[in-house]
Amino acid sequence: MRKKDFKDIGDGSGLYMEEARGQATRTQRPAQAVPAKPAAAPPEAKAPEYRHIGKPTRRIDGREVVTGRATYTQDVKLQGMLIGKILRSPHAAAEVVSIDLAPALALPGVLGAVRLPDSKVRYAGQQVAAVAAVDERTAEKALALIKVEYKTLPYVVDWEKARDTNAPQVRDGKPNVEKLNQYVRGDVEKGFAEADVVVERTYRTGFEVHHPTETHGSVAAWEGDHLVVYDSTQNIHGVRDGLARAMKVPAANVTVIKKYMGGGFGSKLGLNEQTVAAANLARETGRPVKILLSRRDNAVCVGYRPSSHQTYKVGAKKDGTLVAFSLLNYASGGVGAGDDVAEPVVDVYKCPNCKVEEFTVFTNTGASRATRAPGHTQGAFGLEGVMDELAAVLDMDPLELRKKNYSTRNLGDTGLPYSTKGLDKCYELGAKAIGWERRNRQPGGGDGAGTVRHGIGVATSIWFGAGVPGTLADIVLYPDMSVEVVCGTQDLGTGTRTLMAVVAAETLGLGPKDITVKLGNSDYPWAPLSGGSLTTPSVAPAVRDAALKAVDRLKAVAAARLKVAADDVVMGDRKFFAKSAPEKTVAFADVYRDLRRETVFHGERTGFPQNEYAFNTFGAHFAEVEVDVETGRVRVLKYVAAQDSGQIVNKLTAESQVVGGVTQGLSAGLFEERIMDDTTGTVVNPNLRDYKIATSLDIPEITPLFVDVFDPRINNLGVKGLGEPARVPSSAAVANAVYNAIGVHVREIPMTPKRVLEALKKKEAGS
Amino acid sequence: MEKNPDKKHPGGVSRRDFIKGLGTGALGTAVLPPLLGQTIATKKGRVPVYDKKTISLTVNGRKTSFTVEANETLLDVLRDKLDLTGAKKVCDRGECGGCTVLLDGAPVYACMYLAIRADGKAVKTVEGLAEGDKLHPVQEAFIEKDGYQCGFCTPGFLMTTSAFLAKNPAPSLDEIKLALSGNLCRCGNYAKIYGAIDAAAKKLRGA
Repeated sequence: MRKKDFKDIGDGSGLYMEEARGQATRTQRPAQAVPAKPAAAPPEAKAPEYRHIGKPTRRIDGREVVTGRATYTQDVKLQGMLIGKILRSPHAAAEVVSIDLAPALALPGVLGAVRLPDSKVRYAGQQVAAVAAVDERTAEKALALIKVEYKTLPYVVDWEKARDTNAPQVRDGKPNVEKLNQYVRGDVEKGFAEADVVVERTYRTGFEVHHPTETHGSVAAWEGDHLVVYDSTQNIHGVRDGLARAMKVPAANVTVIKKYMGGGFGSKLGLNEQTVAAANLARETGRPVKILLSRRDNAVCVGYRPSSHQTYKVGAKKDGTLVAFSLLNYASGGVGAGDDVAEPVVDVYKCPNCKVEEFTVFTNTGASRATRAPGHTQGAFGLEGVMDELAAVLDMDPLELRKKNYSTRNLGDTGLPYSTKGLDKCYELGAKAIGWERRNRQPGGGDGAGTVRHGIGVATSIWFGAGVPGTLADIVLYPDMSVEVVCGTQDLGTGTRTLMAVVAAETLGLGPKDITVKLGNSDYPWAPLSGGSLTTPSVAPAVRDAALKAVDRLKAVAAARLKVAADDVVMGDRKFFAKSAPEKTVAFADVYRDLRRETVFHGERTGFPQNEYAFNTFGAHFAEVEVDVETGRVRVLKYVAAQDSGQIVNKLTAESQVVGGVTQGLSAGLFEERIMDDTTGTVVNPNLRDYKIATSLDIPEITPLFVDVFDPRINNLGVKGLGEPARVPSSAAVANAVYNAIGVHVREIPMTPKRVLEALKKKEAGS
Repeated sequence: MEKNPDKKHPGGVSRRDFIKGLGTGALGTAVLPPLLGQTIATKKGRVPVYDKKTISLTVNGRKTSFTVEANETLLDVLRDKLDLTGAKKVCDRGECGGCTVLLDGAPVYACMYLAIRADGKAVKTVEGLAEGDKLHPVQEAFIEKDGYQCGFCTPGFLMTTSAFLAKNPAPSLDEIKLALSGNLCRCGNYAKIYGAIDAAAKKLRGA
């Protein structure tokens, strides 16, 4: 059946890395048993009252960051460290006939050089060789001295041209077009025949580059047989395992450390080529080696969001009841696979008949990588666009159309019941906050002043975010009352350190600042990669579990002091007391001292009933825009994002994640596009000037809202992921607002002024 | 180019001859050595030609002196020679503001500023923003309002903001947006940064 996705990482079978793509994979989803008799809708549950959880907590590591003392991989400097550089192919397709490293090695200051695997070049920017030298300038000079003889081959970088059967073959002996995904339920032909209205539209999304501020980078050092690597990664354990295989050493002899990182957004989920190159050069030279990729490298060879070309056909009754949906998608991810974008159309709206067919088209460009909410983001743009265009044909309020087809089970209301689903509350809260009643009744129906038209749009988010069973965390209690929480997760900037402190503090009756947090080291207890919105719902429950066990021990120790039974002991304000005799108290400090040595408690994020319920996160985003119909310029004036991600742990950092997801979607929706040059096969805009990213001048005030829906089944805290849910619908909401403003859907992101004007021209021409 | 040959400068070497010399590809050996230590004529008068120079800088209030190569950037000198890694290398070509530092109080992109030009000036980096353990109000406000996520662009934002608020102690939202427009935040936290800057302004005004 269909993939999907990060959710499946949590099925207990463990996660693996698809090394070719260097990203977290999508495994096949096991065929989901649909119960013959649907289970009853789950009863509503309420979250407990907390002191810290759900409240805004300032980051415990804020001081380090704002004083510039936080150590990022870019800042790591080891004794005797060399600087490595990678030579890349200027050709988009070529045989590497020979590589002569000798002239580079002869340069004073060069201590090592290696050929990098792959005799065949399949994209411009592919690695060919690497050198290590005493400093960056010497390394750069050495690269220029390496002699590479190429035999150039024909190539294709335009995915539409790559579909041509006569196009150069990107992969030896394999066609450029390959099936990516298919899905069928019901009978779509029958459904379309029964429909009163059928709307068919095509939506396109471009190539969006992650461009984390910190470029990919690694520092590798051998300490005898042990390899220590500092890496800017979202996945310390995965990099450790991958490096162990690549360097042919036991995983136990590899340690991967990441204290702070400057963004990743999916591009740092897997083992990177430069990490292996650094480890090889370090082995060869006997010195630590640091390799930092350049900004250009980041645009060329460490991934991007694949493009999509989605044709939706939707059939509905006059009253808006959906009867059939079909999707045909062509995705392109260069020498890697494109994204399956079908999850939104398959899951979000109640619809008995649905058919999906998706293909990926290979080209001679770098491989795509998971990009914050892979697939769903593209899919939401298409699905939510066609829903709005259908609403216009039906003369319905787009929000009413969505509510009319509201589902309480996955697979379009044909699968498992959602454990919880607060999407209805998101619609309600968001519509109120944006002032939904101010929208144009018909798209383009607004008066507007001069050449400016106003519009308001909505889009829906669905994502996973249940976390991974088997995630481990330790709590260490010390006799001096210090507390350590240790987990081999990583903080991408989402505030994981603070989150761990908040959960431990809440459970132990302390303050977040009383907790020492250790993370970002693969020697610590296992946690999954930080992608797929997995971190919070994996790590927080594991910390909670460990902390609850610690409390049990503390109560037992207190009971001995109080001379009562352990189950009679209650935790109060920095003291324990007996329920039966509240005047009997013992201070935390005395109980901790009685532990006599540091004591470790192991916690685990355990399983959840995945075969009985569907666990998803939801959201509804509302955008208000103005469009200048003379210049085609779009400005976002106001934005409201309502999210259902279950129990929020830290409101302050959660708001930042939502604001960030919205901003990235707005930026991708209006500005961001990697452009390839057909004749040279290279990226035309491999920098931050020609690849435009939103600045403060482009971003309005954004209102994040969280609906209060508690899921008692998902884990011991009811927490779900948030990073990706906030990114899924943001380009789509802006596009629908533009549609509401000008009366024609632009149907392609980024919605550059040129595309807006072309859409307006088509509208005038009446097509 | 051919139609408009540069006029010979009265002092000797013309710009065109100089460039032609470089064009032979013998940059380091054939052309530069005869010029090193001498002066060449420019519109602003004669300037000396260096390959290296000992410069003195006041960095975060402390005077220091060291030798830099003529083509080293201020950013590389701060990060590699002085181990001040707060300013980050993000784009390395003046497009993002991640390396912003203050030079005699004014924000500059350190990746676009040759170290040699900073001779005799005072540099302030994010490491010098706090006074001992006492954070600058802008730093406090970024923590309180969560004005960042990954924190990699934050040193640049903090330096830009501190210079901006020194000039404009009570900015409007539009003024804040304009002042920040030379600093990219890829995590996309601008909307939270607005609040941080507003809070910082209030702290600085004692409001």
